[in-house]
Amino acid sequence: MQWRESPLQKNGYKYTYGGNFIMTIKKWTAAHVARKVIDNEELFILDVRNADAFADWKIEGHKFEYLNIPYFELLDGVEEILPKLPTDKDVLVVCAKEGSSIMVAEMLSEAGREVAYLEGGMKSWSSYLEPIKVADLENGGELYQFVRLGKGCLSYMVISEGEAAIIDAVRFTEVFTNFAKEKGVQIKHVFDTHLHADHISGGRNIAAASGASYYLPPKDATEVVFDYTPLTDGLNVEIGASQININALYSPGHTIGSTSFIIDNQFLLTGDILFIDSIGRPDLAGLAEDWVGDLRETLYTRYRELADDIVVLPAHFMIIDEMNADGTVARRLGDLFAENHGLNMEDETEFRKTVTDNLPPQPNAYQQIRQVNMGKITPDNDEQTEMEIGPNRCAVR
Amino acid sequence: MNITKTLDAKGLACPMPIVKTKKAMDTMNAGEVLEVLTTDKGALNDIPAWAKSGGHTVLEQKTEADILYFYIQKA
Repeated sequence: MQWRESPLQKNGYKYTYGGNFIMTIKKWTAAHVARKVIDNEELFILDVRNADAFADWKIEGHKFEYLNIPYFELLDGVEEILPKLPTDKDVLVVCAKEGSSIMVAEMLSEAGREVAYLEGGMKSWSSYLEPIKVADLENGGELYQFVRLGKGCLSYMVISEGEAAIIDAVRFTEVFTNFAKEKGVQIKHVFDTHLHADHISGGRNIAAASGASYYLPPKDATEVVFDYTPLTDGLNVEIGASQININALYSPGHTIGSTSFIIDNQFLLTGDILFIDSIGRPDLAGLAEDWVGDLRETLYTRYRELADDIVVLPAHFMIIDEMNADGTVARRLGDLFAENHGLNMEDETEFRKTVTDNLPPQPNAYQQIRQVNMGKITPDNDEQTEMEIGPNRCAVR
Repeated sequence: MNITKTLDAKGLACPMPIVKTKKAMDTMNAGEVLEVLTTDKGALNDIPAWAKSGGHTVLEQKTEADILYFYIQKA
């Protein structure tokens, strides 16, 4: 089998030489795939990673179909899988970093099938962020949700009159700083709702680069090695000259310091306490403390005091069903109280049992990620990527 | 362990380490042992998975100073 690096590249098509033929394969970016997910389009994905990796996580879309064949089983040729690939829809070949997907895409092309490969592979999928406007706020203000489709993380930016606040930023800081620059706003406040264990926070770095304050709940920050502004219950921060108000509400149970934010009395940023289709899990700190009681108090008492119409914006989503038609992950609190099973376990014993039994496995490398977020270790980019492989496992379903 | 052949795949990115490993294995006889050196982190899971699917045995694997070593016996 002849596979050579191609010297020619043009318009997203990669040209290679095989005998006397010039074959073409299409290159798709993560942004392009994200559009397919959000717009609910059909796609056939040939995932050529090994079976364990595929079982762990994959590119999720409502109308996506999948075939997982590790690339090393295709080294002798792709004839056997040709009947398994559809001819009436787009076919995307995906691997971990793009190398083997390019090889397989070229082999399929030689066999007469025009397919695409994912530029940068699952690595680029994991780091892709799609900014989506949640709502307009008063006086020209805006609220944006940054959807990290590959990992289910959700970050937020509140913009008003030349100023911005960021909540639960992921580690791709340029996405946020560039976005603020394009909007012509100055980042003044950067918050983390809690000390994250499933992903590396970009909050501290964004704050440092922008001269902004970085807020962490003090109860989650007992071991951090850097300076921060304590995020305390009832703290009020104003964005812009008008009344876009960010109000902190102490809501423990996922971590001991977990804090929610009420933005302009219309939006409730719940961090990892409450999700659209599930609730947060209380055991991610590796400590033996019992936070189940705190979780119940937050969900069943503190949140019940809030208006039904307040829109919940969590820090994660687990399944594509939690996403609205416009790509946002958001739901009225009243609707969640009606439909979310985690909010409807009247029996406290049943609640306790549900959140402590049968918890899904801990997020990959969560111990190390917490250390990074505490400032105790400083891994390089590749090491950070390794730590974040796989989906988030923040919820109890 | 009697190493029949050594494949230096250091510095090569996926899929080349396995492409070359397969090529080297194809030239060997049953029972012979191939030593593979690679720096590609993906090989950590992929080489054992490939070996298993081909019926070969990974006799030993180790990491020394960022280099992955695999000792694979042909089926």
